[in-house]
Amino acid sequence: MGEFKVHRVRFFNYVPSGIRCVAYNNQSNRLAVSRTDGTVEIYNLSANYFQEKFFPGHESRATEALCWAKGQRLFSAGLNGEIIEYDLQALNIKYSMDAFGGPIWSMAASPTGSQLLVGCEDGSVKLFQIIPDKIQFERNFDRQKSRVLSLSWHPSGTHIAAGSIDYISVFDVKSGSTIHKMLVDRQYMGVSKRKCIIWGVAFLSDGTVVSVDSAGKVQFWDSATGTLMKSHLIANADVQSIAVSDQEDSIVVGTAEGTVFHFQLVSVTSNSSEKQWVRTKPFQHHTHDVRTVAHSPTALISGGTDTHLVIRPLMEKVEVKNYDAALRKITFPHRRLISCSKKKQLLLFQFSHHLDLWRLGSTVATGKHGDTLPLSKDADHLLHLKTKGPENIICSCISPCGSWIAYSTASRFFLCRLHYENDNISLQRISKMPAFLRSAVQILFSEDSTKLFVASNQGSLHVIRLLEGSFKHLHTFQAQSGTVESMCLLAVSPDGSWLAASGTSAGVHVYSLKRLKLHCTVPAYNFPVTAMAIAPNTNNLVIAHSDQQVFEYSIPDKQYTEWSRTVQKQGFHHLWLQRDTPITHISFHPKRPMHILLHDAYMFCIIDKSLPLPNDKTLLYNPLPPTNESDVIRRRTAHAFKISKIYKPLLFMDLLDERTLVAVERPLDDIIAQLPPPIKKKKFGT
Amino acid sequence: MVEEESVRVVRCGGSELNFRRAVFSADSKYIFCVSGDFVKVYSTATEECVHILQGHRNLVTGIQLNPNNHLQLYSCSFDGTIKLWDYIDGILIKTFIVGHKLHAFFAHAHAEDSVFVIIKKEKPDAFQLVSVKLPKSTSQEIEAEELSLVLDYINQSPKCIAFGNEGEYVAAVRDFYLSVYFFKKKKTSRFTLSSSRNRKHAKNNFTCVACHPKEDCIATGHEDGKIRLWRNFDDDKKYTYTCLHWHHDMVMDLAFSVTGTSLLSGGRESVLVEWRDAAEKNKEFLPRLGATIEHISVSPAGDLFCTSHSDNKIIVIHRNLEASAVIQGLVKDSSILTGLMIDPRTKALVLNGKPGHLQFYSLQSDKQLYNLDIVQQEYINDYGLIQIELTKAAFGCHGNWLATVEQRQEKKTELELQMKLWTYSKKTQGFILNTKVNMPHEDHITALCFCNAENSENPTLVTASRDGHFKVWILTDDSDIYKKAVGWTCDFVGSYHKYQATNCCFSEDGSLLAVSFEEIVTIWDSETWELKCTFCQRAGNIRHLCFGRLTCSKYLLGATENGILCCWNLLSCALEWSAKLNIRVMEPDPNSENVAAVSKSSVGSDLFVFKPSEPRPLYIQKNICREEVQWGVFVPRDVPESFTSEAYQWLNRSQFYFLTKSQSLLTFSTKSPEEKLTPTSKQLLAEESLPTTPFYFILGKHRQQQDEKSNETLENELVQLPLTENIPAISELLHTPAHVLPSASFLCSMFVSSLLLSKETKSAEEIPDDIDMEEEKESHSSGEENDFTEKVEDINNADLGEDIVQQLSKSEEKELRKFRKIDYSWITAL
Repeated sequence: MGEFKVHRVRFFNYVPSGIRCVAYNNQSNRLAVSRTDGTVEIYNLSANYFQEKFFPGHESRATEALCWAKGQRLFSAGLNGEIIEYDLQALNIKYSMDAFGGPIWSMAASPTGSQLLVGCEDGSVKLFQIIPDKIQFERNFDRQKSRVLSLSWHPSGTHIAAGSIDYISVFDVKSGSTIHKMLVDRQYMGVSKRKCIIWGVAFLSDGTVVSVDSAGKVQFWDSATGTLMKSHLIANADVQSIAVSDQEDSIVVGTAEGTVFHFQLVSVTSNSSEKQWVRTKPFQHHTHDVRTVAHSPTALISGGTDTHLVIRPLMEKVEVKNYDAALRKITFPHRRLISCSKKKQLLLFQFSHHLDLWRLGSTVATGKHGDTLPLSKDADHLLHLKTKGPENIICSCISPCGSWIAYSTASRFFLCRLHYENDNISLQRISKMPAFLRSAVQILFSEDSTKLFVASNQGSLHVIRLLEGSFKHLHTFQAQSGTVESMCLLAVSPDGSWLAASGTSAGVHVYSLKRLKLHCTVPAYNFPVTAMAIAPNTNNLVIAHSDQQVFEYSIPDKQYTEWSRTVQKQGFHHLWLQRDTPITHISFHPKRPMHILLHDAYMFCIIDKSLPLPNDKTLLYNPLPPTNESDVIRRRTAHAFKISKIYKPLLFMDLLDERTLVAVERPLDDIIAQLPPPIKKKKFGT
Repeated sequence: MVEEESVRVVRCGGSELNFRRAVFSADSKYIFCVSGDFVKVYSTATEECVHILQGHRNLVTGIQLNPNNHLQLYSCSFDGTIKLWDYIDGILIKTFIVGHKLHAFFAHAHAEDSVFVIIKKEKPDAFQLVSVKLPKSTSQEIEAEELSLVLDYINQSPKCIAFGNEGEYVAAVRDFYLSVYFFKKKKTSRFTLSSSRNRKHAKNNFTCVACHPKEDCIATGHEDGKIRLWRNFDDDKKYTYTCLHWHHDMVMDLAFSVTGTSLLSGGRESVLVEWRDAAEKNKEFLPRLGATIEHISVSPAGDLFCTSHSDNKIIVIHRNLEASAVIQGLVKDSSILTGLMIDPRTKALVLNGKPGHLQFYSLQSDKQLYNLDIVQQEYINDYGLIQIELTKAAFGCHGNWLATVEQRQEKKTELELQMKLWTYSKKTQGFILNTKVNMPHEDHITALCFCNAENSENPTLVTASRDGHFKVWILTDDSDIYKKAVGWTCDFVGSYHKYQATNCCFSEDGSLLAVSFEEIVTIWDSETWELKCTFCQRAGNIRHLCFGRLTCSKYLLGATENGILCCWNLLSCALEWSAKLNIRVMEPDPNSENVAAVSKSSVGSDLFVFKPSEPRPLYIQKNICREEVQWGVFVPRDVPESFTSEAYQWLNRSQFYFLTKSQSLLTFSTKSPEEKLTPTSKQLLAEESLPTTPFYFILGKHRQQQDEKSNETLENELVQLPLTENIPAISELLHTPAHVLPSASFLCSMFVSSLLLSKETKSAEEIPDDIDMEEEKESHSSGEENDFTEKVEDINNADLGEDIVQQLSKSEEKELRKFRKIDYSWITAL
């Protein structure tokens, strides 16, 4: 594996935003997640829970509701009173439309997916018709006294239940009038609370309405008579979210204490058809409020203020024990937020509204393996670059020479030139960006920092030559005919002759920068690409997919390399395939052409192509062999995968020079420390 | 009768009431609990023992109401029999002989004439639940040999088996799994909890199980204090469970209420928890129950619960979680450090009770009289905590003073020691703390004794300690301007060559004090506290020391650790005799010269009774029990017995009780088994102990007054017609069920003659006889015999012939009793 000096960076104080809504789409098996900063992420549950797409957030767009409608259309609504539809191909907002009812608190698509219902601050429930490329206001339902916080359709589409403050109302969709008003008890264990907020309702096909409220109750109502059937007090704090499975035999609710409760429909006795809802298992995977839950056919999905997305599979529903049967906790985005200037030893950290530039510290000391070396010069915070406007940064990059920074928001592209004078640094914004450079999905500088590659959200790739203080547009690779899919990942060969670009679903395209045309397309693969890089000298393209497969493709030969074929023939180690975070970065050692360096959030790995591949019987995660061990044993146990799990959660790792690595970690405890304090719970024995 | 006597060791009360779940009768009037070889029937309203169902020859291990006739009770025992009782009359109806050692018993209405028992397989630690077909037969003893296996490899405790949903399935738990056997499908489902060694799941094992009476729901208790409610368990894949967690320690027992709306659980916290609607947030508590809850049961009527506790107590609790009655047996929870003592006032046995308490236990009524809180600190029920222990106690001055010593030692060097002196208050009829002495000695107190001389004007107490000193404490005037008071102060500190003081003892007249310092016995004058003389035998440290009494008061006895018993003559200051005897317990009889010594041998313990004046023992009984005897005490008899046989004369004045290592209280009894019949007095008690109804208050009182009035008038008239209630024959006649009575013509003459007035008033001889008899009866009821044998009818018949002539009422009683005996065969013959 070789010995490296490692810069262990822990000053990237990135805190993901809390999760506000999740929406599960059964047909495409995708999960839409919206965060409190307005970001919407799309996870592909079939592709090993990979975060396929994301829509950058916006300060004024606090999402309160998210839902899928017919034809894989995604809508969100928020406190700015607008309903937004997202374009899942171009990764931008298709349109937004004001509902004219004040802030929107809830939204629900009809069971057929052709109608959209929103509940507003002023107590109105508005019905919209979903027509191709638009939504159209249809009518208002009976106005309620206070804001409508939750909505649910009856599966037949004839009735809806709306949760408000202190009561639940049931509407007839045809007439739009209230049939029942079900008052919720404000009492909580004898103590009268001010108000009982109905955070969520669910309408079941047998006419039962299930409500969750701020008094900690889950209540089952009969909508035909408007009476309470059963009440479960499950928490001392609010119950904030509810989701029902498609079979209506299981309900999941999330509480402000961080607990997720599972309710199941269980027959009373084995020989009677009578069934009852029973609270079964509690799951405590969150520390903070569970703001939202979803129920996929095999799993309970929950998210909340503590920024984790938790996918808890239901063991009785899982057929085979593969990695779907394991609990998933997704905390970090599956894309790079850090770029690195190797020459100047700079790190650029991307936050939602600003960029931070740091110079790494240095040391003159030397030490043994495992020693912590004292710093002779501390790391330096060089620059804090704030964006203007409410939009979040989509992507950013620093050039390898360290003199250019490029970043983009949803509507503007920024390019800056950095000047270094001793310890001082000055920033010069390059103004007058061309009209076509409005928004970028991915930015990359060439190795010699003379070219800038920008993937725009129309599917085109721009090549720009950078000059001293100015730039020149060289070429635009247009998207393949008929597709508008954006390219999310870019890779350039170190000699500057090849550019590889990958979209969310289509294969990887390789362009020749010398001839400025498409060179070849790597054969399509079922799973999305999570990282790719082009090796120096050989110009082999190494591609990592979300199912943990790694391919090596020779660009000059336009075919997979011999090593890649051997790997595919033998298959990866089962533990390698069971890892649950995608590979987010690939790099190469300049002096050792046989080595591929890659990492995910929990391990750093060097693949040595010269060594034999491990089979399922060998130990994958072998600890570093002690130095006094004989060479024979070491050779026998050695295999191609050298894995280190010292640094976690690992957000970025790259080679600065031949003997130096930089690793950026973000300990989870540091994130939790920056979150608001959770609801205090009495713990026994303290 | 006297000729037939033979002294046997019998178990005398104090057996575990909490061994199994108590059972309520269908109307909740009675509560049944196993008690050694017997089943006791208590009234839930008055806490009185109504009946003792005796008949098993070994430990009773399970009781349950007959599901087809709620006036009958099944019991099973280690002796391999299942017995069916009529508990209202206390009659054994049938015996089914199974043959195996039966560990638990279950019956439910839906398994026709089959019951379920737990038996042990050949392999150790492997128990089976089998169903036993009870054959229908008229005979009294029936062999039931048709066994069929239901579940294998189960836990022996009946808490780990539960029948659910009208007997459709049975759930059993053991270690880390729950198995459910469905009778209809003949299928077993098994659910295993993770048992990995890691911290989270290490205490996942099951401790108890209960089934919901209405729904398919099984509740299981776990060692980590969780309760799991299992549902859908007929599906191996879709099964699911809910957790309820309040207990921080092991869940000891679970019970559903009759309707199934609430679940009761209890454990070491001594708190009964009621979970309503199986919801974690909706629970009620009944705290401060005193000791670990071991069993919970629910009355079939649903109005009462009861909890059995580790301190041998049963608490009857109302549906609204209010304790309504406490049935307290002899507490055997803690180790007995104080030994056995007799409270001179109440004649109750006094020993360690609950932690930090002294219990006063009535041997006559097998009931705890009261508890004296010595430590007076909240007892924290946690494993591994070092508690304050009550180590020594002694009564002095005819029960006017009580001295106690408590200690707590966390580390070797940190000893907390406290001596308390309690005075008896006539006003409150209890002991009141008078003096508290912190650290009376530097080290453990090894002995404590009062000077119990008749004529001593000043109460004196001596404590001996390992710190090498003995201290004399006397009562002095502690009055100040505010109040008149007395208190104890140290009067004299004695030591002998820095040896540890191990024992101390006052002579009978209080003139001499003997203190043993390891191997040496020193004699001190109690007037001047001068060392008079020393004895040393060099035969090991002195373990026991006592003065002889009455005619033998010139002798001093000492038993050493090396197994030598020495007797010194105090007049000659020389060794009188010595014997090789490894003595564990040495107790002088306060009413005679006799000294009882229990020695340990390889097979058990042997008893020797001797007089200090002669080395030849009066009485030897080898092998009184298999275990080591820890403590013994002589209890003076209220009425002396008159054993003519030389060997038993030592039992005339006092009775000897002893406590073995496994804490069973044993005594010697000469009562022949036929005398141990359920006394009629007790049966009448059943009637009397029933609760008084409002009806009674209206009519009964009124009637009583009338009775009194009529009594007065009768007395005035000087014609004393016996009231029908007072004639035993009549009450016997009235209380015997009609179907067991012989024909009226047979009874008539007797009945009429009993109504006749005898010519003379009660003869002088008769009175003591009656008392005697009553006394006997009382002691039978309390003295539960270990090896009760079936009654021999011949003897009874022989007795009867003589008695009829002499004492009419008494003989009639016997006659009737005999009819009762006869009636069994008489019925079955029909």
